Amino acid sequence: MEDEVRVRIDGDADLVSARAEARAMAERLGFPRPDPTLIATAISEIARNIVVHVGCGEIVLTPFKEDDRCGLVVIAHDDGPGIRNVEAALRDAYTGRSGLGLGLPGARRLMDEFDVTSDADNGTTVTMKKWRRRDELEFRREQRGRGDE
Amino acid sequence: MSVAILRQGDYLIASIQSDLSDSEVMDFRQELTELVGKHRARGIVIDVAALDVIDSFVARSLRSIVLSAKLRGAETVIVGIQPDVAIAMVHFRLNLQPLRVALDLDEARALLDSSTRGDVGDGG
Repeated sequence: MEDEVRVRIDGDADLVSARAEARAMAERLGFPRPDPTLIATAISEIARNIVVHVGCGEIVLTPFKEDDRCGLVVIAHDDGPGIRNVEAALRDAYTGRSGLGLGLPGARRLMDEFDVTSDADNGTTVTMKKWRRRDELEFRREQRGRGDE
Repeated sequence: MSVAILRQGDYLIASIQSDLSDSEVMDFRQELTELVGKHRARGIVIDVAALDVIDSFVARSLRSIVLSAKLRGAETVIVGIQPDVAIAMVHFRLNLQPLRVALDLDEARALLDSSTRGDVGDGG
């Protein structure tokens, strides 16, 4: 299992590397198309929120594996002032003070699981997951591999 | 330069060469809007095939480029949206109105020819 990848977000140029790292990891993990693009788009949106609303933060990409499925967890964290009303920010019609919306509803639709925790003391953490179904063949191959060891 | 802008007759062909940062997108909009006046362009084709991701910022910027160019007298057609990017945009529910899109450069030029013909008066 490969290790996590950390992407430091300090400015808009870092979005380019966040998108590239996300796509590369999704492809290495065997996500079928168009999933790498969906994941990269969601990460781009979340990373931009950090740049626009806080200035700096970090995105951590971690692969995970369970019996019949595996996937990718994305954790984006910043130490900013927090989102005043997370429930509202997750609604489609919401627009923050910039008037442009946070893109959270869109990012949520691109991923399988999506969670936001935010308060003034701890900043904002967005956790997103994308599952990849593992087919029977891959599962058996791995079991056989284990038996041989 | 991450966007190559070529002039072909009355048209400007802008080919995005790689993924762009937000500030590069803004620079591109500025340059293109200025070039429309400089070359008296009637039409613009923007090739976005090199973009792996079109998120809400890029979509908004494309709309704003199209509207700014229109105010300067040029019509714009977007070409080369990748299949995966198109699917992501639908999931995201990005609204691309009033963007006009075409599959490739030839189709884009044909679209521009038919929409600008009346204005230039040469009848093709």
